[in-house]
Amino acid sequence: MIDMDSKNKHYQLKRKSIDLLKYTTLISMAVIVILPMIPVFFGSFKTNYEFYSTSVWAFPKSFLNFENYRIAFTQGNMLLGFGNTLLIMVVSITVSILIGSMTAYVLQRFKFVGRKLITSLFLFAALVPTITLNIAIFSLMAWIGRNMGIQLINTRLSAIILFSGTDIITVYIFMQFLKHIPIAIDESAIIDGAGYFRIFFSIILPLLIPAITTVVILKFVAIYNDFYIPMLYMPKSELAVISTALDNFRGPYGSQWEVICAGQMITILPILVIFISLQKYIYKGLLIGAVKE
Amino acid sequence: MSVNMKATKIQNLSRLKAQKALLIVAFLSVPLFLLIVFTYLPALNMIRYSFYRWDGTAPTMQWFGLKNYQILFSNPQYLKVMVNCLYYLVGSFVQLFLALVIAFVLSFKFRGSNFFKGVFFFPYLLNGVAVALMFLFFFQPEGTLNTILRFIGADNAITLWLIKPVVNNILLASISIWRYIGFNIVLFIAVIQSISSEIYEAAEVDGANRSQILWLIVLPNIRMIVGLNLILAVKGAISVFEVPFLITRGSWGTSTFVIKALNITFGANPQYGLGSAFAVVLFAAILVITSLQKLMIRED
Repeated sequence: MIDMDSKNKHYQLKRKSIDLLKYTTLISMAVIVILPMIPVFFGSFKTNYEFYSTSVWAFPKSFLNFENYRIAFTQGNMLLGFGNTLLIMVVSITVSILIGSMTAYVLQRFKFVGRKLITSLFLFAALVPTITLNIAIFSLMAWIGRNMGIQLINTRLSAIILFSGTDIITVYIFMQFLKHIPIAIDESAIIDGAGYFRIFFSIILPLLIPAITTVVILKFVAIYNDFYIPMLYMPKSELAVISTALDNFRGPYGSQWEVICAGQMITILPILVIFISLQKYIYKGLLIGAVKE
Repeated sequence: MSVNMKATKIQNLSRLKAQKALLIVAFLSVPLFLLIVFTYLPALNMIRYSFYRWDGTAPTMQWFGLKNYQILFSNPQYLKVMVNCLYYLVGSFVQLFLALVIAFVLSFKFRGSNFFKGVFFFPYLLNGVAVALMFLFFFQPEGTLNTILRFIGADNAITLWLIKPVVNNILLASISIWRYIGFNIVLFIAVIQSISSEIYEAAEVDGANRSQILWLIVLPNIRMIVGLNLILAVKGAISVFEVPFLITRGSWGTSTFVIKALNITFGANPQYGLGSAFAVVLFAAILVITSLQKLMIRED
């Protein structure tokens, strides 16, 4: 009995020291993650003089000095950037949901000549490294502009086409989800006299809403964060999106880092709010997207 | 009456059949058009360009044979960027190992476990440009890091971090870890939690300690997903682009294969042919790695 007690105590002590080790490791790692963000947060509220005369760790005189944010939004084109990002995002996400679900519906529900080939075309395309493909896409778009009179370079359409395009992850997510929607639903609708188009738009598409949520999250993160496509295809300053607007701060605001800090906070805050409120869905969405690999 | 019904039924069936064909064509035309025009056509063009000498705008391209590939594999400047990818390769192995350990710890629910998961994951969602500016500031002469070093009295260590060769590549690889590790952590937590809890309970009854559980139960059960992530790490390392491009633009010896390819193509003296050869080599490498991955999955 006594032996048991001391064994238990020993066990508890061990448990406690493991807990201590666990928390110190986790907390120090969390500090490493958060550390670089704090001076940016402080700096965004400082005046220019304050920024360059105080330590990066010093609190700003006032957390209510929004001057840098005003400059970033107006002169720094961030407001414009939000507008362009939002526009490109809404159009591309809508298009890619529509064509993604339509492709998945056809490939999952029907047997027809060429089905295998088309599926493999989508699968194989996923292997082409997209970033270097820009070399040839750019010259193609320039060629289309010169020879067919359809200007794509320096228009929002270029980014919209590239973001709504055909990525296998979207098709895959919809196909996985369609597998769980019984064909009996389609069949009973046919008996009731509905055509395939009606079945898709008024029965299948509404049932796909959970999959649509996932696609929206994946696409949102990808488009909000993408830098290279807008930089390469839309260098015109009126077409700046969030990331290119922020990147443009490097030159003109090189001696006004407090404005650059405000610019960073402006891109970070919306994501923080969205992350905190939609945490569960974001984890789920990104994991489903990862399974494909 | 019944003959009539049969007739309408047949009529309906043929109507449905026609509609089905129409639907297949209608639904697939736009995605296939986009796929062919904006993926396959450029991919084929890329291969074609790689045999030519072309500045991207001249009306004619000059046949160059395999010269672009010869240049790529013989110019020491280009070989250096391949070596630079090794920093990221090592970095992603470190990242996977750390992620695995953290995920293991966090997979047991405890006070604050969700908070930590959220903190570690958050950088993954951040805009790449914001991350780049944050770390530019972090490593500036009067920036975050040097201020800390001065505060703890390590003045000797103060340096121009992003200009120093080797050191800058290590730092960039570390920033990559900072940015992407959260994703691996979340992924591994999900996989570890999918292992049946009965196995753990049985092991605990048998007196296994935590590290034994990690090595003998968790690891073998998630071997597959770790293996896949190792392969993805290799793919990621050879196509590293965003972090170094946004922070240093590839200056001071921090260029990578992809940055070099894009600089050659879109730089001051555009060489589409050579840039395309880079892209083709990258594509070939990805294909080889992917077939290895497929083989591995089949064996399992």
